Amino acid sequence: MERTHYKQEINITDSLMTRINELISHYPEGKQKSALLPVLHEVQDAHDNWLSFELMDKVAEILQIKPIEVYEVVSFYSMFNQRPIGKYMFEFCQTSPCCLNGVEDLMDYTCEKLGVKVGETTADGLFEVRGVECLGACGYAPMMQLGDSYKEHLTKEKVDQIIADCRDNKITLHDK
Amino acid sequence: MKVTIDGQAIEVEPGTTILQAARMIGGEVVPPAMCYHSKLKGSGGKCRCCLVEVAKGSEADPRPMPKLMASCVTGCQDGMEINSKSSPRVQEARKSVTEFLLINHPLDCPVCDQAGECDLQNLSFEHGKSESRFIEEKRTFEPEDIGPNIQLHMNRCILCYRCVMVADQLTDNRVHGVMDRGDHSNISTCISKAIDNEFSGNMIDVCPVGALTDKTFRFKSRVWFNKPYDAHRDCPTCSGKTTVWMFGNEIQRVTGRKDEFHEVEEFICNGCRFDHKDVNDWVIEGPRAFEKDSVINQNNYVKKLETVVINTEETILLGREVDRKKISMAEIDYNEKIDGNPVNSTKNG
Amino acid sequence: MSQKILLDKVNIPGIKTYEVYRQNGGYASVEKALKTLTPDEVVEEVKTSGLRGRGGAGFPAGMKWSFIDKKSGKPRHLVCNADESEPGTFKDRYLMEYIPHLLIEGMITSSYALGANLSYIYIRGEYMWIYKILERAIAEAKAAGWLGKNILGSGYDLELYVQIGGGAYICGEETALIESLEGKRGNPRIKPPFPAVSGLWANPTVVNNVETIAAVPWIVNNSGADYAKIGVGRSTGTKLISASGHIKNPGVYEIEMGITVYEFMNSDEYLGGMSSDRPLKAFIPGGSSVPVLPAHLIYKTANGEDRLMTYESLSDGGFATGSMLGSGGFIVYDDTSCIVRNTWNFSRFYHHESCGQCSPCREGTGWMEKVLHRIENGHGREEDIDLLLSIQSKIEGNTICPLGDAAAWPVAAAIRHFREEFEYHIRFPEKIKNRDHFVAEPFESVKHLVSKLTV
Repeated sequence: MERTHYKQEINITDSLMTRINELISHYPEGKQKSALLPVLHEVQDAHDNWLSFELMDKVAEILQIKPIEVYEVVSFYSMFNQRPIGKYMFEFCQTSPCCLNGVEDLMDYTCEKLGVKVGETTADGLFEVRGVECLGACGYAPMMQLGDSYKEHLTKEKVDQIIADCRDNKITLHDK
Repeated sequence: MKVTIDGQAIEVEPGTTILQAARMIGGEVVPPAMCYHSKLKGSGGKCRCCLVEVAKGSEADPRPMPKLMASCVTGCQDGMEINSKSSPRVQEARKSVTEFLLINHPLDCPVCDQAGECDLQNLSFEHGKSESRFIEEKRTFEPEDIGPNIQLHMNRCILCYRCVMVADQLTDNRVHGVMDRGDHSNISTCISKAIDNEFSGNMIDVCPVGALTDKTFRFKSRVWFNKPYDAHRDCPTCSGKTTVWMFGNEIQRVTGRKDEFHEVEEFICNGCRFDHKDVNDWVIEGPRAFEKDSVINQNNYVKKLETVVINTEETILLGREVDRKKISMAEIDYNEKIDGNPVNSTKNG
Repeated sequence: MSQKILLDKVNIPGIKTYEVYRQNGGYASVEKALKTLTPDEVVEEVKTSGLRGRGGAGFPAGMKWSFIDKKSGKPRHLVCNADESEPGTFKDRYLMEYIPHLLIEGMITSSYALGANLSYIYIRGEYMWIYKILERAIAEAKAAGWLGKNILGSGYDLELYVQIGGGAYICGEETALIESLEGKRGNPRIKPPFPAVSGLWANPTVVNNVETIAAVPWIVNNSGADYAKIGVGRSTGTKLISASGHIKNPGVYEIEMGITVYEFMNSDEYLGGMSSDRPLKAFIPGGSSVPVLPAHLIYKTANGEDRLMTYESLSDGGFATGSMLGSGGFIVYDDTSCIVRNTWNFSRFYHHESCGQCSPCREGTGWMEKVLHRIENGHGREEDIDLLLSIQSKIEGNTICPLGDAAAWPVAAAIRHFREEFEYHIRFPEKIKNRDHFVAEPFESVKHLVSKLTV
């Protein structure tokens, strides 16, 4: 399947490299490939939450593995994004227990408020709404994942507040 | 070690898989295999075509195995008793797998270069149904160009992983792999890189379906219109032992030599496969034999042809004399007996 | 008030930190094991306890430990499965978030029992903040001398790390988890060989659920025999239940095995009954993979006995009239919920999460989802119900890993117990146009429409 290639500015900072090396040290000599998933998370978090092929090639180089091994893994796991995405991605859990507590209505509400459909990014590139599968918060439904944290027991009012907080730059996506 | 498959016993070495044992016995007990390839390490277990029933685990632990086992990755135990074709459960499972493999398959055999030497065709012939229960829209993939030698048709792929293993085990830099997951899994290079390693052409030979075909042979001929010959040349890269597929005096295609289980005997290099299509490049050894029910034999002359005489007038148009008499009822023998009962007895009807 | 052995200290302020955890008796099991017990003695205690794997399969933990290959001389590993993703299940998250050191302590004691010197906790990628909690907790434990070389002067070395996943339910399957931990796609491996012989980097490996490992400190501190005294029969000890759906008090509860489902559902100590005055329609006791049960089979088994919260009682009656304890993901449905929609939802989940390696699961899960989606959206055909039953039966038992079964069982169970609801969707498509069709008009009030018609 042909894939679209998006340009991305790559910046592996010293502190990021230090963290990567620390992650690699968690595995025995020669087993550095094991660090792939944690390294991808770190690298993605530092690059606007998505991974271009150039960035994946860079990860392959750091871990001394073939680029294809990185592509295979990135495309398998749902948390890695292969295109530029909205800065604040609202990932609503849409599996049964959340549906019992009205997540579908809440998604409709959020989409309407932001003027997008599920899977789309707002024109200003700020928001994106997605439906994802069970996030393990069934007892605290409806909920969504935003960056590294869960927003639970959601209501329309809470969603309004989160959107406002995002616009005011009050939300930390990745706690480093 | 002794194992019994469908009532036929055979002695095997420890470490032999059930599938290998079945292939030693040969014939109808051999389970179909779409993903296993004996020359590729780690292959098998994925397509589930070769499921068999283990009715007795071993002499030491005779309990039957509750689930059907993939024969290609299950080792034989001494005293093991296996039901392959003889088991209705196994037959049902094979039918199921065939149906699953076909629901999203494009069924484009009429335009597929693999037709005639396709394992999926053979599988459906044996275990498929003529009608589909799948009324949904089929899953499709956008095409991807993977270079001048190999044509990738992702819609036909059954995800056997053999081509990935060829690239891993025969070449030093794999540039394609399986992307995405679930029923969206697909073979790709992601970056439309040409797969041009000098052993990459073997991906075509190991592909059980028409997902990877020879671009230099594309739409040239149906395989059964070619005459396959074993041939060899002095090759610096590989053994040079191949099968050349000829139409008249022209070599249309070069492949590895495939055995009765459609596995190549030796992997060949791209030089032999793609760059030597001149008859003068090769020493022709003789005709290549195929298994007896292969359509490739359609045009084969390995076996002696016997003259067939069809007496149309006598046996088809007129029918057998005995039947003709009965139908006209002119000379019916009312004392004739079938299974000990008179023909006109009420017991018959 | 039933006995708590996992969450007894969870409400102590500051229990997340090493100091408070230690002051409250934390890490005692490590001291006891390393100073007074041999690894085999720890394994023996766990065997005696009857502790069963809490991830869903319920395989005896001590037995699993005893399979680990010690003869080959290869390095051994303990891997904790914290890839909690079974719909309805959120118990491990609770335990790791609020009392992380209990898991670390369990990991050290269990690793000692297995002779593992390098162990990992594999946590699902979405639990990123808990990953960080665990990293901090491990650093604290290491600083206090519970990890590293020559722990407590015993000569035993252990390194423990957390590994983060990338979003894939299938990595909860132990061999897929190992593949993922090796930095690969989460494709389950073909077994045999089992991880106990050839697991992480082809070394002998044991993979255990968070809750299983967290129970080990109590077993070592007290005794396996004491643990076995809690519970009923082969369902020993306590179990964490994550409860969600239409109930008054959703959340995570630690119960003694053997209390009745009725008590768990209705007592104020636990779920406190339904969330509204709408009646109970169905429940799923062990996460989305296990069969759903209709109201009349919830509190009583088919032969009229009280249904208990145990492995045995929940599966009483087999799949015909029973279900499974599974991972303890307890989902409750009132009569506003639509079984067809719910079944389609689960099918979508399994379709999304199938790794795509083996044909029956890769093709079958997608097929089931498409058919169920049609039925739920008013485009069903009468023959689709039997088609679904047929598809699920062709997946079940024919796949590499249990995900195929997990995708097949909920569909079979929904049709087994709620066939009329499927028929209603097919015959009255105009009545199910809105997704909340049973809110205004619950199925009980329209059931007569299908029972009258017979095709």
